[in-house]
Amino acid sequence: MASIELRNIRKSFGAVEVIKGVDLEVRSGEFMVFVGPSGCGKSTLLRLISGLEDITSGDMLFDGKVVNALAPSKRGIAMVFQSYALYPHMTVYDNMAFGLTLEKGHDKAEIRQRVEKAADMLQIRQYLDRLPKQLSGGQRQRVAIGRAITRDPKVFLFDEPLSNLDAALRVATRIEIAKLHENMHNVTMIYVTHDQVEAMTLADRICVLRDGHIEQVGTPMELYEKPNSTFVAGFIGSPKMNFIGGERAEKFGAKTVGIRGEHLTITPNEGTWSGTVIHTENLGADSYVYLEMGTEEPVVVRLDEANSYKSGDTVHISPMADKIHRFDAAGKPVN
Amino acid sequence: MATDTLAPSAAVTAPKIKSELMQQRARAARIFLVPMLIALAVVAGWPLIRSIYFSFTDASLSNLDGAQWIGFGNYLRWTTLDSGAVRYRGLLADPAWWNAVWNTVRFAFISVSFEAVLGMIVALVLNAEFRGRGLVRAAILIPWAIPTIVSARMWSWMLNDQFGILNDLGMRLGLLSQKVAWTATADTAMTAVLVVDIWKTTPFMALLILAGLQMIPKDIYEAAEIDGVHPIKQFWKITLPLVRPALMVAIIFRLLDALRIFDLIYVLTPNSSATKTMSVMARENLFDFDKFSYGSAMSTMLFLIIALLTILYIWLGQVRFDGGDR
Amino acid sequence: MGATFDLWKLTKWTLFYLLVAVIVVVSVFPFYYAILTSFKSGTDLFRINYWPDSFSLNNYYNVLNSGSFPRNLLNSVFVSAVTVLLALFLAVTASFALSRVRFRGRGLLLLTILGVSMFPQMAVLAGLFELIRFLGIYNTPWALIFSYTIFTLPFTVWVLTTFMRELPVEIEEAAIVDGATPWVIITRVFLPLMWPALVTTGLLAFIGAWNEFLFALTFTSNNDTRTVPVAIALLSGNTQYEIPWGNIMAASVIVTVPLVVLVLIFQRKIVSGLTAGGVKG
Ligand SMILES: Nc1ncnc2c1ncn2[C@@H]1O[C@H](COP(=O)(O)OP(=O)(O)OP(=O)(O)O)[C@@H](O)[C@H]1O
Ligand SMILES: [Mg+2]
Repeated sequence: MASIELRNIRKSFGAVEVIKGVDLEVRSGEFMVFVGPSGCGKSTLLRLISGLEDITSGDMLFDGKVVNALAPSKRGIAMVFQSYALYPHMTVYDNMAFGLTLEKGHDKAEIRQRVEKAADMLQIRQYLDRLPKQLSGGQRQRVAIGRAITRDPKVFLFDEPLSNLDAALRVATRIEIAKLHENMHNVTMIYVTHDQVEAMTLADRICVLRDGHIEQVGTPMELYEKPNSTFVAGFIGSPKMNFIGGERAEKFGAKTVGIRGEHLTITPNEGTWSGTVIHTENLGADSYVYLEMGTEEPVVVRLDEANSYKSGDTVHISPMADKIHRFDAAGKPVN
Repeated sequence: MATDTLAPSAAVTAPKIKSELMQQRARAARIFLVPMLIALAVVAGWPLIRSIYFSFTDASLSNLDGAQWIGFGNYLRWTTLDSGAVRYRGLLADPAWWNAVWNTVRFAFISVSFEAVLGMIVALVLNAEFRGRGLVRAAILIPWAIPTIVSARMWSWMLNDQFGILNDLGMRLGLLSQKVAWTATADTAMTAVLVVDIWKTTPFMALLILAGLQMIPKDIYEAAEIDGVHPIKQFWKITLPLVRPALMVAIIFRLLDALRIFDLIYVLTPNSSATKTMSVMARENLFDFDKFSYGSAMSTMLFLIIALLTILYIWLGQVRFDGGDR
Repeated sequence: MGATFDLWKLTKWTLFYLLVAVIVVVSVFPFYYAILTSFKSGTDLFRINYWPDSFSLNNYYNVLNSGSFPRNLLNSVFVSAVTVLLALFLAVTASFALSRVRFRGRGLLLLTILGVSMFPQMAVLAGLFELIRFLGIYNTPWALIFSYTIFTLPFTVWVLTTFMRELPVEIEEAAIVDGATPWVIITRVFLPLMWPALVTTGLLAFIGAWNEFLFALTFTSNNDTRTVPVAIALLSGNTQYEIPWGNIMAASVIVTVPLVVLVLIFQRKIVSGLTAGGVKG
């Protein structure tokens, strides 16, 4: 059990400030996901929590105790890296046991028992005698997770653990991690990702970062339904939220209105707006229609079934009234 | 590169928080570096200081401890004769020394130039794809692997005036009209030394250049091929500029090596003033002529000249070494 | 059209292979000729042959059974091996600090180390001579081991630093999270990953020590303490005009063959080690 609190955390590399004052509380047993565009400081923030990187100012608390200067190995954390970071010269067993052999007070039998328990959890027991290079990418990542489990950490840190896997494996391993979280419900997990599907499906709460700041923290549905900026609105959800400005927005009393593709309906004869079809995508279960209507980016409409619109068709669309997001000039929601 | 991510951030906003991890690493770094630094100080720093010190004394081999400070006397001193003429003595006024300086610089310049050109040719050959490339690479490693002393002796046998195979070959091919005493004749001694040195060290140059060549992406050449750029133009416009950093580093390594040449000349052409270099002359004075302090002055000068030329070269050539802080 | 093109191509390839042949012959011939000479004895020595036509082990017998050459070989092996082990031991830890920990003055320190490795050895000869006599190790192998540190240590530090810089950071960070101290990281994580680099560096340093001449000539003074390069350089006959070329060539071959074999076995590694010194970037 560990809760983590960040108080006005800042981090500079030389003269460049990368984390610009972050306040955040991660509750004990929570699955927290950090998302944000590349270079916004997700990894840096995770490394500050791990202790691999020094904080420049502010306070970091684990269970209410300041750990600003505490060494990573004493924080009760385990980390899973994007590149797996397995020790190439050690067998899977030795990889998983390494941390325990360095700690005092574990005898051989106990270490073996803990490694095997973790291995069973991830179904990698048959690989214990292999070297990492004799495993596939997915198996390696599971060993990396197993190594973390073996140490019995209070906090699990993941830095884009799935990004080196192919699409199918990514889904499978994602489900595995979700199960892991269920089984280890009193372990706090912090997970960095680019992939908003991972974020939406895994997270208890998501923390959206932008340029070293926290943009919004909330449950996936809160972020989806009540984004508190155009940035978050555009970042969460797929396809991306449509933003419509100009006169059309003024009618709604906003500088910009945002409406998700799934909240637009196509009406044959007349609608709130009209546009020209420039492209369609049929994905089987659902389909997208891209409309040109003078906005910066084409407006995407998501339909629940296949469609037969063709480029050049003119169509009318209407937003669902209660799903409209109104934003002011600063990109903040209008109440 | 990402290697530095573990490091404490630089001093601009000095972190108040010194974590255990960083402290532990800093302490370990200190402990790890101290033995090496002590070793280098004892084996290089102190002897260098003492050598320079000796050059300002009247030390002799048999009386190192009783050396007296005499200032710049070993470098330059003068006496005014009764006739009013001033007579200069000392290293800076010693024509034999300047002859050695000239020999060294000439040797270094010529040998490194040849090695750069030949090394480039060999590197280009090795960079081409052809059958037996591995064999050629193995073959050129042989001169590099042979100890200098051994190559000096091998070549002095081949260059032998009576029974040397090179004279024989030269006569058979009609290149020589009579046998030449290559190492003993003043005119040819330097040539002999140069030939052996170039033979021995071109492989090193070639390998360094080859490493540079292999880092040039292949698609640049493919693009040039499509644009119809002539191969010779490709060399001047693409290969040479891109391999320049590697070449400059290779040249400086070799130049520093050539400027301190000792063993080859000591064995191949002993006692020939045509090839006597700074190193040979310094050692002679130190240990053979019992002019310890005078020899120290020479080695100090040698150090200064090499340091000066190196700085000049790095400055003019804008050489960048990989390493250090980015 | 086609015919002239082919002709041009043929000439090009002929010229290319001619160049290759010249490179190979020039590289190998002196060593070949030394081997050839080493198997000749008596007056055969003074007949010039391009192909082997007589075979005698006399020279090898002479070199190995008379005088101090076997002793010199042992000296060389001992001095080179100890020098390399010492340098590697000091260099592994130092290069961890230089490649993995950032501290003020690191760049300067690296440049100094590079500087020392390219230092003219003559510049320290007088001071080293005094120090070695002071330490009482003059004319012992320790004098050489001591003085060889001046070039093996900076070289190994430099090359190992370059190698260690390439090891992935995340592996080190995983070890840190696992609770490994820098010493544990070096010994249990990095060293097992670095052994090819250690072999290469060690081999290059060994060759450097094996071939060293100036210090060996200066800091030893009798036949039993010399190393082979000095022994070969000083091999002479009864009079100045009676140079024992056969013996010299036999000794040369004995000294060189192990090196050539090692170099050929490890050629890829050696090339990477030689170029680690600074071509990148
Ligand atoms: N050791 C370092 N030294 C200097 N700058 C750094 C260092 N590490 C990270 N940065 C900078 O800090 C910023 C944030 O980097 P970080 O790795 O945290 O981004 P990220 O959000 O994880 O991006 P990505 O999604 O691409 O992994 C970047 O601009 C990066 O260049
Ligand atoms: Mg990242």
